[in-house]
Amino acid sequence: MLKRIRESKAAQGTLLALPTTFWLFFLLIIPLFLTLVISFGKRSPDGDVIYTFSVENYVRLFGYSTDCPDGQASCFDPLYVQILWRSLTLAFNTTVLVIGMAYPLAYFIARAHPKRRNMFLFMVLIPLWTNFVIRVYAWMMLLRKEGAINIIIGAVAHFLHIPFTPFEMLYTPGAVLVGMVYEFLPFMILPIYTSLEKIDNSLYEAAADLGANAVKTFLRVTLPLSMPGVVAGTILVFIPVMGTFIVSDILGGRQVILVGNLIQRQFLDARDPTFGSAASLILMVMTLIVTYFYTRKFGFGEEIIVA
Amino acid sequence: MNPFRRSPFVIVSAVLVYIFLYAPILGLVLYSFNASRANVTFEGFIPAFSDRVVMDGSLVKSSPCGPFHWYCDLAKNDDVAEAAGNTLTIAFIATIVATVIGTMSAIALQRYDFKLKPFSQLALYIPIVIPEIVMGIGVLTLFSQLFGWVNEVFNLSGDARLSLGMATVTISHIAFMVPFVTLVVQARLQGFDKSYEEAAMDLGANEWITFRRVTFPMILPGVMSGALLAFTLSLDDFVITFFTNGPGSTTLPIYVYGLLRRIITPQVNALSTVWILVVFTAVLTLQILQNRESKQHS
Repeated sequence: MLKRIRESKAAQGTLLALPTTFWLFFLLIIPLFLTLVISFGKRSPDGDVIYTFSVENYVRLFGYSTDCPDGQASCFDPLYVQILWRSLTLAFNTTVLVIGMAYPLAYFIARAHPKRRNMFLFMVLIPLWTNFVIRVYAWMMLLRKEGAINIIIGAVAHFLHIPFTPFEMLYTPGAVLVGMVYEFLPFMILPIYTSLEKIDNSLYEAAADLGANAVKTFLRVTLPLSMPGVVAGTILVFIPVMGTFIVSDILGGRQVILVGNLIQRQFLDARDPTFGSAASLILMVMTLIVTYFYTRKFGFGEEIIVA
Repeated sequence: MNPFRRSPFVIVSAVLVYIFLYAPILGLVLYSFNASRANVTFEGFIPAFSDRVVMDGSLVKSSPCGPFHWYCDLAKNDDVAEAAGNTLTIAFIATIVATVIGTMSAIALQRYDFKLKPFSQLALYIPIVIPEIVMGIGVLTLFSQLFGWVNEVFNLSGDARLSLGMATVTISHIAFMVPFVTLVVQARLQGFDKSYEEAAMDLGANEWITFRRVTFPMILPGVMSGALLAFTLSLDDFVITFFTNGPGSTTLPIYVYGLLRRIITPQVNALSTVWILVVFTAVLTLQILQNRESKQHS
C-alpha cells in the first residue's frame, strides 16, 4: 500500500486533496442535497419534516394560495413573488450604486503615488474588518429620527432658514439600501483596484500620443481593461446582498422583508423548514442564473480571489 | 503626461467615499462616551470621577471610570467575556484545520492529476457563488436531521444527546474557510519556479526534504495570507454561526445581534470600539512585520 502511494502520483494527489474534498462533500454537497429533498417534503403539525414528494412549497412560493378572502378554493397571493422581486431589485440597485462609488475611489488609489497606494488601500480595509453586525448598528444610530443625519440636515436647514422637521429614516427601503451599499462597498473597490493597477502606463502614453483626450482614453483603454475587476466585484456584491438578512432585519424592521428574512423565519419562528428550504433553493437558482449569464457575457476574472 | 495625474472629479469623489466609509465608525466611537444610558441622542461626556456610579434619570453624572464608564461596564460583563472566548477558540481551531487541509489540497490541485480533481476544483467555488444563508440552513438541516437520527437510534438522553454547539460551529466554519485558503495558496503556487526544487533534488535531497527546506518556505507567505483570511472570515462570520450555534456557543457577532433587538446602551458602542481597536492594531502590526520582511528579502 505505502509503496503504491510512493510510486503513484495520482494516489498522492488524491490523498492530499482528500480531507478538503471529504469536508466539502459532507458540509456543502450533502446539505444542498438535503435542502432539495426537504423542499419537496411537508411540515408535520409539531414542526418536523415529513419526507414525501410534494411540490406544494414551490407552488405556494409562486403565488398559489388556499387561504383566500371570499371563500374561493384557491387564489393568487403575490406576497412571496413580491419578496423575491424586491430582493432581486435591491441587489441590482445596490450593485449599481456600489460600482458608481467604488470605481472613482479604486481609480484614485491605482493612480496614487506607489508609496501611498498601500496606505489608501489599508484605509478601505479597516471598515471591512470591523464586524458586519457592528457596521449595521452604526447605520442604525445615524438613520434614527434623533440621529446624526437628521441633526446635520436640521442644522443646514436652520442656517438657510428652511423649516425642517426630523423624520424617521430607519425602517425604510432606503435605509436597507444604504446599509447594503456600506456593507459591500469594499468588496467592489478591491477587485477594481487590482485590475486598474495592472494596466501598463505605456498604454496611456500610447493613447495620448495617438491624440486621444482624457475621456476617450478612459472609455477606450481604462474601462475595458478594468472590466474583469468590475465583474468580479459584481459577483462578490450581488450574491451576498441577495441572501443577507441582518441588514433588512435591523435597518428595515418589519417593513422590508427580503428572501433572506423569509428563509430565516421559516427555520426559526414559523418552524416550517420545508418551505424555508424551497425558498432557499429558489434563491440559489436565482443567483446561479444571474451569475451564469453575467459571467458568460463578461468572463470570470481571477480578481475574485484577491478580495 | 504625468501618470499620477487625477482629475478633480476623481479626487472629490474619493474623499466623499472615504467620508462615507468612516463617518458611521466615528459616530459609533463617539457614542461610546455618551452620558445617556438610553443612547438615543448624544448627551455629552460623563463629566466626573467618583467612588460610585451616580445617575440622574438615564444620565450618568459621575462614575469611577469617568468618561470611560461604559468601558468599565463592559469589562464587568461576563457574557461578553464568554462570547469573546468562544469566538477566539472557534477561529483558532478552524483556522489551523482549514489552513493545513487547504494547503494540502492546493498543492494537490496545482501539482497532481487525479480522478477527483475536477470535482474538488469545482467544489471550491460553491461558497463564492452561493449565498451564505443557503449554506447556513443546509448545514443546520444536516446537523438537526443527523443528530435526531443518532439520538433516536442510540437512545441517547440528557447530556449524551448530540446537539448544536461549539463543535458544529467550528466544523461549519472550516467548511466555508477551506475554499478560500485553497484558492489563495493555489494562486501563490501558480507563480512558483520549479527549478529550485529540481536543484534540491539534483543535490540529493529526497522529496520530503525538498518540500520542507525548499517548497514550504517559498509558499509560506501564501499560506500565511490564507490563514489570516480564514481567521478574519471566522471572526466576522455571522450567518453560518447563527444557524449552527447552540447553548454555550454564542460568539461576539451573535451576542451583539441579540443586543440590537433589545435595549441598546452605550456599552454596545464601547464593545464595538474595543473590537475595532483590537483588529486595527493586529492588522497594522502584521502589515508592518510583512513590510519589514519583504524589505529584508529584496
